[in-house]
Amino acid sequence: MNMIGDVFLVMGCAAIAIGGLGLLRMPDVYNRLQAGTKTVTMGAMAVLLGIALHHPDWWSKLLVIAGFILFTNPVGSSTVARAARISGIRPWRARQEKEAD
Amino acid sequence: MNLSILLTIAVVLLIVGMGFSAIRLFLGPTVPDRVAAADTLAVITTVGLVGLAAWFDNPVYLDVALVYGALAFVGTVAIARAIEGDRE
Repeated sequence: MNMIGDVFLVMGCAAIAIGGLGLLRMPDVYNRLQAGTKTVTMGAMAVLLGIALHHPDWWSKLLVIAGFILFTNPVGSSTVARAARISGIRPWRARQEKEAD
Repeated sequence: MNLSILLTIAVVLLIVGMGFSAIRLFLGPTVPDRVAAADTLAVITTVGLVGLAAWFDNPVYLDVALVYGALAFVGTVAIARAIEGDRE
């Protein structure tokens, strides 16, 4: 059981590191929001599952934290994307096409 | 508190993710970049607090992680609304 929990922890932390790399390397605000939100949400779920396998008597609080991350992270991401769109930031591909014209 | 090899790899990967998000937070060209990086950094910090609860074997850190996540979400939505409002 502890070994399975360790594997889930490494998987989740690898997903979090890849999400951070995408946040650093992507060319645009919207692409960065995609990379930073979805990958990190999945990594957080894997880490919480691994810790729940390590400590089975903490499952209620871990479930509350997991549900909270699952509910609030997409809402925050879409709010930031809407704010970026309203404040006038164009998507990256549109900017490339405009420069090509 | 010596860690096994897999847990050491996990902690190093978590710190690498936090470092990447912090670099984007420092050099993001626009304000929504910085807000997105701060949001991601807050989620990674919540996960790290849960990891600290498992490391120190103390369930108080789970409450700290939950309150930190709630306050970071409120801050992200407030800053996003402020960015959105100064155009109109």
